[in-house]
Amino acid sequence: MMRRHGAVVGMVVLLAVLPLFAPAFWVTLANYIGLYSMTALGLVLLTGVAGQTSFGQAAFVGIGAYVTAYLTTRHALSPWLTLAIGLACTGVVALFLGFITLRMRGHYLPLATIAWGISLYYVFGNLEALGGHTGLSGIAPLTLAGVALKDERRYYYLIWFVTLAALWATHNLLDSRSGRAVRALKGGLDMIEAFGVDAARLKIVVFVYAALLACVSGWLYAHLQRFVNPTPFGINQGIEYLFMAVVGGAGSVWGAVVGASLITLLKEWLQDLLPALLGRQGNFELVVFGILMVLILQFARDGVWQWIARVLPHPAPHPVVAAPPLAPRARTAPAGPLLEVQQVTKRFGGLVAVDDLSFVVTPGEIVGLIGPNGAGKSTTFALISGALPLTAGRVLLGGESIGSKPPHEIARRGLGRTFQHVKLIGTMSVLDNVAIGAYLRGRSGVVRAALKLDRAEEAQVRAEAARAVARVGLSAQLHTAAGSLALGQQRIVEIARALASDPTLLLLDEPAAGLRFLEKQALATLLRSLKAEGMTILLVEHDMDFVMGLTDRLVVMDFGLKLAEGSPVEIQRNAAVREAYLGGVA
Amino acid sequence: MDLTIAALLTQDGITNGAIYALLALALVLVFTVTRVILVPSGEFVSWGTLTLAGLQLGKASGIVGLVVGMAVLAAVMETWRCIRARELVRLPRALALWCGVPLAVATLLAFAAPMRLPLPFQVLLTLAAVTALGPLLYRVAYQPLAEASVLVLLIVSVALHFAMVGLGLWFFGAEGSRTPAFSAASFRVGSVTVSVQSLLVVGTSVALIGALALFFGRTLHGKALRATAVNRAGARLCGISPEFAGALTFALAALLCAFCGVLIGPITTVYYDSGFLISLKGFVGAIIGGLTSYPIAAAGSLLVGLIESFSSFWASAFKEVIVFTLIIPVLLWRSLRTQHHEEEEE
Repeated sequence: MMRRHGAVVGMVVLLAVLPLFAPAFWVTLANYIGLYSMTALGLVLLTGVAGQTSFGQAAFVGIGAYVTAYLTTRHALSPWLTLAIGLACTGVVALFLGFITLRMRGHYLPLATIAWGISLYYVFGNLEALGGHTGLSGIAPLTLAGVALKDERRYYYLIWFVTLAALWATHNLLDSRSGRAVRALKGGLDMIEAFGVDAARLKIVVFVYAALLACVSGWLYAHLQRFVNPTPFGINQGIEYLFMAVVGGAGSVWGAVVGASLITLLKEWLQDLLPALLGRQGNFELVVFGILMVLILQFARDGVWQWIARVLPHPAPHPVVAAPPLAPRARTAPAGPLLEVQQVTKRFGGLVAVDDLSFVVTPGEIVGLIGPNGAGKSTTFALISGALPLTAGRVLLGGESIGSKPPHEIARRGLGRTFQHVKLIGTMSVLDNVAIGAYLRGRSGVVRAALKLDRAEEAQVRAEAARAVARVGLSAQLHTAAGSLALGQQRIVEIARALASDPTLLLLDEPAAGLRFLEKQALATLLRSLKAEGMTILLVEHDMDFVMGLTDRLVVMDFGLKLAEGSPVEIQRNAAVREAYLGGVA
Repeated sequence: MDLTIAALLTQDGITNGAIYALLALALVLVFTVTRVILVPSGEFVSWGTLTLAGLQLGKASGIVGLVVGMAVLAAVMETWRCIRARELVRLPRALALWCGVPLAVATLLAFAAPMRLPLPFQVLLTLAAVTALGPLLYRVAYQPLAEASVLVLLIVSVALHFAMVGLGLWFFGAEGSRTPAFSAASFRVGSVTVSVQSLLVVGTSVALIGALALFFGRTLHGKALRATAVNRAGARLCGISPEFAGALTFALAALLCAFCGVLIGPITTVYYDSGFLISLKGFVGAIIGGLTSYPIAAAGSLLVGLIESFSSFWASAFKEVIVFTLIIPVLLWRSLRTQHHEEEEE
């Protein structure tokens, strides 16, 4: 930990002394690297972490630059005011673009940003008020505490102060309540929705965050150059920003700085070398960049940063500190059944997967939903958890209708669930995975997280998650990457994550599948002790021995219909059930 | 605006729209089979025009060298694959396909270029050269990443677009070119002059769209491609090779794009970097069809052509802005129709 901090401190010191001895050319390059890093940082978050992407970041840089250029030269506004106006404009555009594209599949956002990037370039180039293709000149330098930052060496400190602050804020953000959800967006969308995250909204937040970083970079750029024209905000620059993020390593905030540095220096070098080599003028570095990108994606998907990170000492995991428990969910006294499934029907075209099914789960019960393959158990489960909309009927949780509501709203009403196909984020620690379960029990948003104001709550969430992990007996693996656990342990982590959400009803989707005998026994013991504490559990299961010994009541389904309902002993004696399972031999 | 101008703009719009429709079809085709959003399609278009323009001057462009280079690279990759899979028996056929065919095309082009053959033969040579690049591009750049997400494939596409624009500048220089029209004739219908070239463009587009419909609806290869589009693993289990499907699709797409280049050459001056904007207009058409529906994509492209043509009359400086802003209402409409988010991708 200390040595990792040492590396960061060393870098900051190096950055601080660089302008004192480096030639002017190097300071200029360093200024650009700082500006590009900021934009690339947004893309690291958007592309590497959240699995979305944008080719239009240069256009957001352009908004930041043009807003301040226009308002300071033509209307003599203060640059600090124009920064706020630029951020507001960027926010509105990004919100709108995000809203119309991010609810759909991944590729619509990048395509929309290509169109947006090109359009804005032509708008800049054709509006008389913005100086057309010649641009706007005579932008005043920034003044800070009475000192005009005309000198590049002074401006350097402002750029790198803002860049490092952005890196710090983004790093904090990733290590927070929202950050865990963002890190799970890629590959865990259904899972985070089941724990109360509004994924579409979160994606939009990340996109807006990236756009705002680009806007700040543009504002700084305008006051550094003191002149703007449309070229640096075109689609090609937008693509280069993405290259920086991917080459550097789109999974780490430092990848942005590494990528921006590499691409900037490489471009500088190639622009001299290639025309001399080919005997002709032109942007031949594009060829090298293009091929470099394809090679990186084919052979080193995690970018250059992974090699640097391997040399650096590994950061030790944050210890879990004692913290007051999070407030438990307000539970109303159980008046009637906790879960009511009333005449629920689900049709897929002509196929009736669930047909007029009704049953109830009363508080403190363990109810098993069983049936042969294709009986409609999983569909029923999906209808209760909100993964599928109902065709007809009602589902009530605690007396409140939840049928056809999105999963993140059902989670809010106290449903905690596990998945038949384990949905853990393999690269995140067991603790972080389980902490996603406690998402709805925290309040801190993106801004608080970025400014590190969420630490008290964060300590509580981590302590709560650690308790849930201890509850299922996996404390030894608290800081292990979830992907490296055995399948049986991963299933148990799923239960811990559901427990961390403090559910009123626990929905378990084939929890014993793939477990060994002893693991099954341990699971049964765990579920019994949860019941003893008053937990209500509904489980779908294939393993008859497991359900017979554990449940209070069973609901048997066959061909979408309820075949029977009763205690395990009654069900074992039921002729219809035996026929369904054994094909009438008995 | 009087009726004559309106008729002229409509004719322009429909001609361009027909070309965009061909492009949109190529894009939908490639996306549905390989999940690749083929951004470099624009470079296939501009290389089509510029190769033909080079042949007019009796020059074989740098495209010959590129075909040779990529063929050698593909041959090395195939050899490596056969060695690793211990399937050396398959090597001769793979080499013949991946190296022999492209080298034959390149030789033919280099040999025939100074002969200044009649226009139809030059067009055929151009189509052969660009079509050869399609599968090579797939083999070298995309096939190693065939299982990656749409996003990664899209970034690869954009990277290739970058590289190909740079190469285009190197091969063809910065000057723009036009190619001769197949026919300079025109005739009058009432007060409107209709050029034969426009009719040819629209006619060939319709014919090609019809041919594609037949290919996908009636032939085994076409059905195999559709099956791969739906389920790669399933297609593989049925004996359809996704690699073969990918290469075939890219050949078809490159052919369509090069053909667009030949069609657009007489209408507008094409530069080494013109392809991107042209193909993006095909994209707007394809997006209107959700990147999956052929007929809606074709209709959308026609709309793009018409809007472009009329906006160049009313607000020529903002022509591109208007065309690309069209994407916004389309996306908004699609977004509002999407209730639950679609299946996620790992």
